[in-house]
This record gives sequence, C-alpha cells and structure tokens, in this order.
Amino acid sequence: MKLTIGHLYPDLLNLYGDRGNLLCLVKRLQWRGIEAEVVPLPSDRPVDFSRLDLVLFGGGSDREQELACRRLPAIRAGFQAFVEDYGVTLAVCGGYQLMGLRLQTARQNLEGLGILDIVTAWEAQRLVHDIVVDSPLFLSPVTGFENHGGRTDIKNGTPLGRVGYGMGNTGRSGYEGLVYKNVIATYLHGPLLPKNPEVCDYLLAQALRRRYDSFRCLLPLPDQLEKQANTAAATRILKKRYIYQKSPNNIRKFIHDIPYKYYFYTI
Amino acid sequence: MKMRSRLAVAFGAKTRCLIRRCRMGSGASLPGSLARRIDPNILQTLSGLVRDKIIAVTGTNGKTTTTALLSHVLRSQGKTVLTNQTGANMQNGVVSAFLPAAENRTSPIDYACIEIDEMDAPQIFSQLNPDCILFTNLSRDQLDRCGEIDTICQKLKEAAALSPKAALTVNCDDALLTALAFSASPSPFTYGISLPVFPEAARSLICENIFCPCCGEKLFYQLRHYGGLGLYRCPNCGFGRPEPKESVSQIHFHQGICDFELDCRPIRAQISSPYQIYNTLAAYAALKAVKAPLDGFAQAVKTFDYGNNRENVFLIHSTCVQLHLAKNPVSFQQKLALLQTDPHPKDILILINDNAPDGRDVSWLWDVDFGCLASVHAVTITAGGSRSRDMGLRLKYEDIPCSVIPKTEETAQAIKEKTLRGTGNLYIIVNYSNLYPTYSLLSRWQAHQKGENTL
Repeated sequence: MKLTIGHLYPDLLNLYGDRGNLLCLVKRLQWRGIEAEVVPLPSDRPVDFSRLDLVLFGGGSDREQELACRRLPAIRAGFQAFVEDYGVTLAVCGGYQLMGLRLQTARQNLEGLGILDIVTAWEAQRLVHDIVVDSPLFLSPVTGFENHGGRTDIKNGTPLGRVGYGMGNTGRSGYEGLVYKNVIATYLHGPLLPKNPEVCDYLLAQALRRRYDSFRCLLPLPDQLEKQANTAAATRILKKRYIYQKSPNNIRKFIHDIPYKYYFYTI
Repeated sequence: MKMRSRLAVAFGAKTRCLIRRCRMGSGASLPGSLARRIDPNILQTLSGLVRDKIIAVTGTNGKTTTTALLSHVLRSQGKTVLTNQTGANMQNGVVSAFLPAAENRTSPIDYACIEIDEMDAPQIFSQLNPDCILFTNLSRDQLDRCGEIDTICQKLKEAAALSPKAALTVNCDDALLTALAFSASPSPFTYGISLPVFPEAARSLICENIFCPCCGEKLFYQLRHYGGLGLYRCPNCGFGRPEPKESVSQIHFHQGICDFELDCRPIRAQISSPYQIYNTLAAYAALKAVKAPLDGFAQAVKTFDYGNNRENVFLIHSTCVQLHLAKNPVSFQQKLALLQTDPHPKDILILINDNAPDGRDVSWLWDVDFGCLASVHAVTITAGGSRSRDMGLRLKYEDIPCSVIPKTEETAQAIKEKTLRGTGNLYIIVNYSNLYPTYSLLSRWQAHQKGENTL
C-alpha cells in the first residue's frame, strides 16, 4: 500500500514547526510498512490534486498569507473537488483560515478558498496559549500550542472539540477547530500530530480507507513516548486550569492578559 | 540632572547594591524597573552621560557576542565602555546597566555598547538616541512572545525611524533587514560575507527570506550561507543584495583558529564556527560607522574569548565537556554543524526548557533539521529539561535513538554519569534558562576537582 502526501506551499506556509506534521505522517506510515510519497507543492507551480491522498496546509505570517492568497485562485477548483470527494486534509492555523470564505490580516481583507463556510476576523490581541481540546473523535486529549491573531467563526460547522484550556477558534466560543468531511482544520501547533498520534492515525486511516477498499485498520504502534508527551502536556496545562478556576477574578485576568515578557518580570 | 532623575538613579543603584549584597541575584533588571517607575524618562537622562558614542545592537542571533566584542575592542584601546549584562536587554536591563555609572560619576563613559531586545527596540531607541544601530540578522525566535517575524520587522522599522541621526549598520546578507534598512536610511552601512564558508549541515530546511520583501516574488539565491542569509536577487523587481561596504576575504580555519582579511587587515581569531566571522565583521562595521579608533582591532580580536559563557569547555573526570547555547532553529542548526566537525565518538545531552526566557512554545524544535545527528558519531544521545519528552519525540521521528530524562532533578546525575562512564567527549546543548545553572554546576565540579588534584 502507498499514500501520496501533498505539502501545500511548503515555501510560504511553514511556521511554528508545522513540518513536524509531515514528518509524523510519513514515519507512522513507514513504521507500519506502508509506502509514503511526499509531494512538495510549491507556490509557483500548478497543483494536481487528483493523485494526492492527503494534503497538508500549514500556517504562515500575515505577509506570507497575503502572498499565498494571490496564488489561491489557481488551486481553488482542484482543492475543492478533492475535499468534496472526501480527500483527507489537515489545515493548521493559516491554512485553516485560508480555507474559509474571507479572512482579515492586520493590513487587509483577503478572499479565501471558500471551501469551508467560515469567516476569520482579525484582532490585535493575539491568542498565544497552551491548549487542550477534548474531541469526540479521539480518546486522548488533543494538546498543542496556539498562536493566532485571527478569530474564526465556524457558523454551523462541526468543531473539532471543546476547549479544555486555552482559547480556540475565537477565544469566546469554547470550541476549537473544524471538521468537515475528511478535513481537520485547527489552530493547534506544537506541532499537532507527533504529540497526538491518535489524530495522525485517524488521518492516515481515512486516507487509506478512501484509496483502498481492502483496507481494514492500522496496526497499533508502541506509542509510549507519544502518550507520555501527550499526558504530560495535558496534565501540566490542566493543573494550570485548576488554579485558574479556583482563583478570584483578578488573578484570572492576571494570568490571561499579561504578555509573557511582563509575566516574567512581575514574578 | 533633574531632581526626579537623581532620585531614580539613587534609588535604583541602592537597590542594585542591596540585591548583590544579599546575593539575591545580579540586579540586572529590578533596579532598572524601580528607576523607571520613579522617572519614566530616566534612560534619556542616562544616555546623556555617554561622552562619545552609543552603539545599539539588535537582531535575533549574535547580539551578545557582538556587543561583548565591541566592548572588548574599545576597552583594549583605553576607552571606558558601558555595556549591559548578558541577556538583560529589555528596558529594565538597559536602565540597570547605566545605574552604577550614573551614581558615582568618577570616571566618564566614552562609549556605550548596548544589546537590545528586538521587541523593546522602539521604546528603548526613543530615549537612548543611539549613534549607531546595528542589525545583525532576523530569524524566527520566541514566536510565542512576538507572534511572527513581520511583527519584529515592524518594531525595528519603528525603532530606526525614531533615531534618524543614527548610522544604520546592517547585515546585507539578510534580505528582510536590508530592505528595512534601505527604507529607513538612504545609505546604510552594510557588511556581508561573499564567500562560501558555511558547511552544508548549517543550512536548515526551513528558513526566512524565501520571498522578496519588496514585491513578494521568490528570491533567487546565488549562494546560501545558513538560515535566511545569502547572496540573493529578486528576478522581478530588481531588489538584490548590495555590494557590502565591509566584507572578509582569505578565510582559513585550522584547529580552532580562523585567519581572515578584513578591510586589508589580517585578523586572527579564536573561532571554531564560521558564524563568528559575522559577529567580528558586524563589530568592525559598527565601529567604522561611528568612526571609532580601529588601530587595535586586530590585536583585540586575537585576545577575545568568543565563548562568552555561551560556548564553554570544561574538563571533568578527564572528560572534555562542551556547553553550548542553542535557543532558536538557526542557532541550533549551527551547533549541529559544529558537532559534525568533530570526528571523535561523543555523548550528546540536549536540555530543553520552556520557561519564560526560553519561550513557552517548543514547536521550533521541529524547524531544526536533526537528521544530521545520525552522522555525528554519537554514542549516546540524551534529552532532558522540562520539555525532554518533546525533544525525545523530535528525535524519535528522525529514527535517532535517544533516552529521555523527564525529571529535571536527575539531570545533574546524568551529566555526572556521562563524565564518568562516557566516551570522554561530552557535548551539552541547552536553551536559555538551562545555561546558567548548567554552567555553574560544571564550573563547580571543575573547581572541586582541581582542588582535589592539588591536595
């Protein structure tokens, strides 16, 4: 068996270690004896979605997102057909926003791909947090780090999960990410997949199921270190949440509103 | 000095004394914070104390070494130099650096060489009025604190606009900074390296400066040094690397010594990694930009210790222990390239923390290309620190075997173990908050051992 993984715009959208997601997908296939082919899809060449099984769509800075936006019309039709045909996609942060109808950056309003029915507004206060998400798709908590200025309104879409600690889509809605057909879109960096092997295996299984009728299930891997990292991150963060819930309002404000550098100096 | 400033200085300086007397720390930032509470514009007054020139160094990597080299060169030529303590590069740290000199004004200050954090640059520059601003380089670092690299770029732009009289000195191998410098000043001072001196392993897969900062077209690189540095040209708008005013030639490395020629001066420096050439070049360019005396430059560089607490060699239990700081993808990649130059078998210990000075987000580990660790003749690789599991996981996904010490209190034991029963060649790579504890631990052991030997 073999899967073809397309990495969309690796030259533009590669922020916050998102390359780790690609590495994780590839390794977890290889460790199971399944072949993996990675196709970099740089921004200056046309993209053929029909041969891809999995698409990674990462994040970038505002400027890079603006540059990416200029190139989007060329891939819109192909990408949309891929998603509607249950093509497996992982969109993180910038990629998540770009898949929507419209998005805002600090400087301008941009037109997105319009594949997902979501709209992203921009606010100056960035949401920079450790985050734990409780998703009905997965048994273990999904942990990561969020760092975004955008506030994404998912309208009637299905969120990836509820925010246990952190901010999520808007910082107010209590939900994080979006699931649409085989698309998982999320704000979680960290990178997402290495510390959440369940999410990685879900994506791989969906892609294999779509490609091979004979596919039944993935062989389990000894994920000791992954599970430890996941549990360690989740418990550490949830301990913070405990303090956060127990403490009076002003301390809650203190923990949340003060930027880290001042945080360091005040303590 | 105004009454208010005097009060601020006295209060801050006394606090500093108290902190140091009580051994509560080095007093590198709290005194400054108090002084600023009393007089918010204190830095403006303090900067007036400098007789000759103020040089401000900012950028992602190389700030500390360049600042230290600048001070060293000026001091060796008989100048009194004021500089801020390692790492204390935000507003409070800069003010704290001035306090002792401001309190007892016995000897005048000729030069001030100040390292400045990128994010605090606008606030500091508005009061400091530097005569020279040195931009070293720009790459992703602590993004949890500043969001994204364009935010830093914006901050530096603001900062440069606030001090129009400053001579802007810029590393012109960095496309983003070059564009910034040329938009802020008609003729900035430029420096750069035109020769291929950086090894393949120093180049990271993920880097900045892929697209033209002016028009957004993909840049063409004639030569890539490392990170986002290189010889670039935009095929669309014509933006390109200017010919640097200061450059180096005739570079030769041999046994921890590097010979090169800088502005027709033969230089010999104790450099083992080529990126230190950038720091030397930067210091030279900045000194030239402010027209400081340069006759003793070559002599001063010869005696300069580039280690500067950030690259240290210890001898413990007859094991050669090297301690290196790696705090962002670019600097980590440089350290990995350094490991490759050592052909002997070695043990490697990597300590990753996520305390405030390191950045809370460790996802940058995935931007480093660890694949080359497979070919550095490592006998054991161990990951420690509060994010040891993340580090272990990172190496697992490169198929590199690595043992993880999740408990931070066991780190010291692990180091001891490696020095006693290791290959005799131990590399410890740490990020910021691990540096000083590990440094003091190792120097204590080394001193202890020396004591034993003399007995």
